[in-house]
Amino acid sequence: MATETHSADAASSGGMPQLDFSTWGNQIFWLVLTLIVIYFILSRVALPRIAAILAERQGTITSDLAAAEDLKSKAKEAEAAYDKALVDARAEAHRIVAEAKAEIQDDLDAAIAKADAEIAAKSAESEKAIADIRAGAMEAVKDVATETAQEIVSAMGGKADAKAITAAVDARLKG
Amino acid sequence: MADKAEEGGLVFHPMDQFIIKPIFGGDVTWYTPTNAALWMGLSILAIILLLVLGSSKRSIVPSRSQSIAELAYGFVYKMVEDICGKEGLRYFPYIMTLFMFIVCANFLGLIPTSFTPTSHFAVTVVLALAVFLTVTVLGFVKNGAGFLSLFWVSSAPLALRPILAIIELISYFVRPVSHSIRLAGNVMAGHAVIKVFAGFAALTAVSPVAVLGITAMYGLEVLVSFIQAYVFTILTCVYLKDALHPHH
Repeated sequence: MATETHSADAASSGGMPQLDFSTWGNQIFWLVLTLIVIYFILSRVALPRIAAILAERQGTITSDLAAAEDLKSKAKEAEAAYDKALVDARAEAHRIVAEAKAEIQDDLDAAIAKADAEIAAKSAESEKAIADIRAGAMEAVKDVATETAQEIVSAMGGKADAKAITAAVDARLKG
Repeated sequence: MADKAEEGGLVFHPMDQFIIKPIFGGDVTWYTPTNAALWMGLSILAIILLLVLGSSKRSIVPSRSQSIAELAYGFVYKMVEDICGKEGLRYFPYIMTLFMFIVCANFLGLIPTSFTPTSHFAVTVVLALAVFLTVTVLGFVKNGAGFLSLFWVSSAPLALRPILAIIELISYFVRPVSHSIRLAGNVMAGHAVIKVFAGFAALTAVSPVAVLGITAMYGLEVLVSFIQAYVFTILTCVYLKDALHPHH
């Protein structure tokens, strides 16, 4: 306590404690000790460790960036493959549609041709039948006319010459 | 001191906070544990807490304390690299030691009733002289007599060179003086001003102003604590650069 009052006296007498050289040796001793301790703590433990942490982080970041770059290029490749598959599929679809169209067209053409042929056959048959009917009708008209003429002649009191009447009717029909 | 306060009126003892006191009583001899020794030891503890325990998890994504440790490391590392170049990095642990000691001592000194080792010229003179001697010895070891070209400004006209050499020589030897007084002076002045404001706080009429003044000064002191540590470190780097590359 004696020293305390002594230094307090020194301070209150206007002197700066900083210029009290009696304490310099003490401060310098402890300061040098402190600096040596800090230097060894820093150079042996703290600084190598922090340097290692920073280097490791740098390495991790670099490798992560490389991995990201790799994944990005892979994604691009996948996209290209996808696009190619899409284009192929589209072309295939077009091809299938065209094929189906051609097939259908073929079937349709064949069916139309068949139908045309059938229609032609049917109409030829019909024409024949009509001709038959027409011929039949002519014959019937001739018979009816001959018979009617014979009846008229007999009704008039003449004697009907069958041959003459037929010839007359034929002439009339032709005329 | 107590009896003086009882005498009434304003009593200022702004310098009392800088008195070196032995912790366990007795005389202050060169090995006595004093308050200065205690707070230097506490700054060692702070450095261990921050840089050693803070980085002990070695995590890739840093925790808060590890971030601060890495920030301090990167700050000083970049400073040394930028100013001294690659070959200056050999002296990085030395400069980091100076920076961490000064910054921790300054900030611990901001705790009320604490003691600030860096407010004493004994401390800053040793720090500055260590830098001065290291740089001078290193300059001669690395460059031999070529280190003297630091004082011979070859870009100046020949007639001016001897005059400039004298000026350069004087400024070279003034370096440790300004280097040490700048740090201790700033820290001491700030602490003393806070103490003066604290003395005014005893008067009821001006106590609000005094408390505001203490608050403002404290904020300024936080800045000064860091800036002075930074200035001391960057000047060390600049001097070291002169030793490594003496040619202008």
